[in-house]
Amino acid sequence: MIHNKETIPQRPAPKGTIGPVAWLRGNLFNGPINSIFTLLGLYVLYLLVVPTIQWAFIDADWVGDSREDCSRVGACWVFVNARFSQFMYGLYPSEEYWRANIVFAMFAGIIAWMVIPRLPFKRWMTLFALLIFPVIAYVLLHGGYFDLPRVSTHRWGGLMLTLLLASVGMIGALPIGIVLALGRRSNMPIVKTFCVIFIEFWRGVPLITILFMASVMLPLFLPSELNVDRLIRALIGLTLFQSAYMAEVIRGGLQAIPKGQDEAAAALGMTYWKRMGLIVMPQALKMMIPGIVNTFISLFKDTTLVMIIGLFDLLGIVQAALSDSRWLGFSVEGYVFAAFVFWIFCFSMSRYSQYLERKLNTGHKR
Amino acid sequence: MFNKKHLALLASAGSLSLAGMATAQADTLEDTIERGAVQCGVSDGLPGFSAPDDDGNWQGLDVDVCRAVAAAVLGDSEAVNYISLNAVERFTALQSGEVDVLSRNTTWTTTRDTTLGLNFTGVTFYDGQGFMVSRDLGITGADELDGASICIQSGTTTELNLADYFRANDMEFNPIVFDTSEQTVGGYQAGRCDVLTSDTSQLAALRIQLDDPSASMILSDVISKEPLGPVVRQGDDLWFNIVKWTLFAMINAEEYGVTSENAEEMLNSEDPNIARLLGQDGNYGEGMNLEADWAYNIISQVGNYAESFDRNVGMDSPLEIERGVNALWTDGGFQYAPPIR
Repeated sequence: MIHNKETIPQRPAPKGTIGPVAWLRGNLFNGPINSIFTLLGLYVLYLLVVPTIQWAFIDADWVGDSREDCSRVGACWVFVNARFSQFMYGLYPSEEYWRANIVFAMFAGIIAWMVIPRLPFKRWMTLFALLIFPVIAYVLLHGGYFDLPRVSTHRWGGLMLTLLLASVGMIGALPIGIVLALGRRSNMPIVKTFCVIFIEFWRGVPLITILFMASVMLPLFLPSELNVDRLIRALIGLTLFQSAYMAEVIRGGLQAIPKGQDEAAAALGMTYWKRMGLIVMPQALKMMIPGIVNTFISLFKDTTLVMIIGLFDLLGIVQAALSDSRWLGFSVEGYVFAAFVFWIFCFSMSRYSQYLERKLNTGHKR
Repeated sequence: MFNKKHLALLASAGSLSLAGMATAQADTLEDTIERGAVQCGVSDGLPGFSAPDDDGNWQGLDVDVCRAVAAAVLGDSEAVNYISLNAVERFTALQSGEVDVLSRNTTWTTTRDTTLGLNFTGVTFYDGQGFMVSRDLGITGADELDGASICIQSGTTTELNLADYFRANDMEFNPIVFDTSEQTVGGYQAGRCDVLTSDTSQLAALRIQLDDPSASMILSDVISKEPLGPVVRQGDDLWFNIVKWTLFAMINAEEYGVTSENAEEMLNSEDPNIARLLGQDGNYGEGMNLEADWAYNIISQVGNYAESFDRNVGMDSPLEIERGVNALWTDGGFQYAPPIR
């Protein structure tokens, strides 16, 4: 009996089936029609990208401090540069920037702590972030305590205000949304009716209307001594509006949980809140991550609407800067900058949600 | 007999309503002094009238009114809380007491003056709808615009004024409507229309956004009246007087040649008009519960009307709007202030 004890060495794949050339041939040039479209696509890309790079980088002006420093051939980043601190802090007095910086740093620290899985004491950190941090942030930003000069809210603005509106909206809307969603599925008629009316009312009106009501109509109804700060009015309107949307997202998740889960928990003798808190919600919330993050991202972008009630969020302060007679005509640069900042935030939120989904995946994914 | 009774009734009703008003309308001057700052409503960004500069300080012709009121009342032109308002909420903010002076490019009209519970205190800028044309066309007056295509920013009054004017003069035009001022300028630049129309103060701001501003010119013809001025709440006449005379003091200062630079020397001036203005001869602030140096504070800290105009919208600013009808009455314009005496 003859048999070969040596294994035949692996041979490389035939030429032309691996490597970049093969990939190109397989995906982009496998046939005359595809080849034509590939070339056409490349040409369009070339037409778009080259002038953009030319405008944004090669012909752009970067240094200087007035419009005379801009050739106007390419982008004038001098404008963004000169206004950068205003875009970040709004009209906050510059000698008090350190206060906003501390809040920014703490905010970033908290986010990082929550996101990095290795760090301990997550629960304490959450409590700190929800209960103590808002107080610290308020005291620092608003002042009036501990010899800090008062900075009234109409001077707040820029990215600071955008982040403030978005985070208060998100943190406020999630719990209210959960309660509303549970209320809407409740068997108690009054609770259910209240939740349905609340959700349908706030979902039925555009956010612009709510902000307008809060800023134009509300002061007329309230007695003149009771002057509610317009930022607070906007915050309340934004949070309630968002919580109605959040409630529907969460209700969608709740409906995806098989009824058996709840019934099994009830059979074990769990109370309503235990069933919800330990069995239903953890499963539902996990499935709802894309929906929740979607709502958060849309909220983040919706904050720009506060511009119409005279609050200078990032976009609002860019527009105000555009109306300075010494910087007229640089709107493209301003809007590109605002779009870029918004993109960074929205994109990181979306990446984080994908990471969360992977981390919490327990094999239900299909 | 009946008449007398009637009168007495009326009088008592009148005094009742007056008393009611006095309690409902808090004393704005007292509140302002207590707060230490004037609550001033400005726009959310309008070139030359109110916009934040690179350092975040509000600048502009409208802003200078706020600063002047603060200088007169508190002696410090920086003691102002600026509250930016859009066109819709501006009157509500004033009525509800969120702001005490509205200095936001507001046109003085009958409806606004008589039905909203507001008072206009004067005119800081005589504006009006005008036209910008390319110099190549060789047009010199609005009456030569028959058949022109005209770029308009959608905004009912501009469109209505334009239609009125062309109908009244029996001319044809072809409107091309845009949403924002940037689009309007873009359309004009791209040659989609021969003429661009807007308020003259805005035309100046639009013109410098063109690639070649010198190739276009603003016609001197104006087809509508848009007197812009500060507004206060009705029912507090003391505050109304203060805001009204703040502007008058600035205009009078220009007439008498008092500027922020020479105000201190002028304290020793022999001219009785100047002495009265600067509080060296009599106390004309008394009637407004202000100090005798109220006008001196305005002029030394903010400047006279000419300084404010030139700095913000006039020849020293990028907008380069000519004084035109906004010149003093002695120079052939409309700006005229009653004497201080």
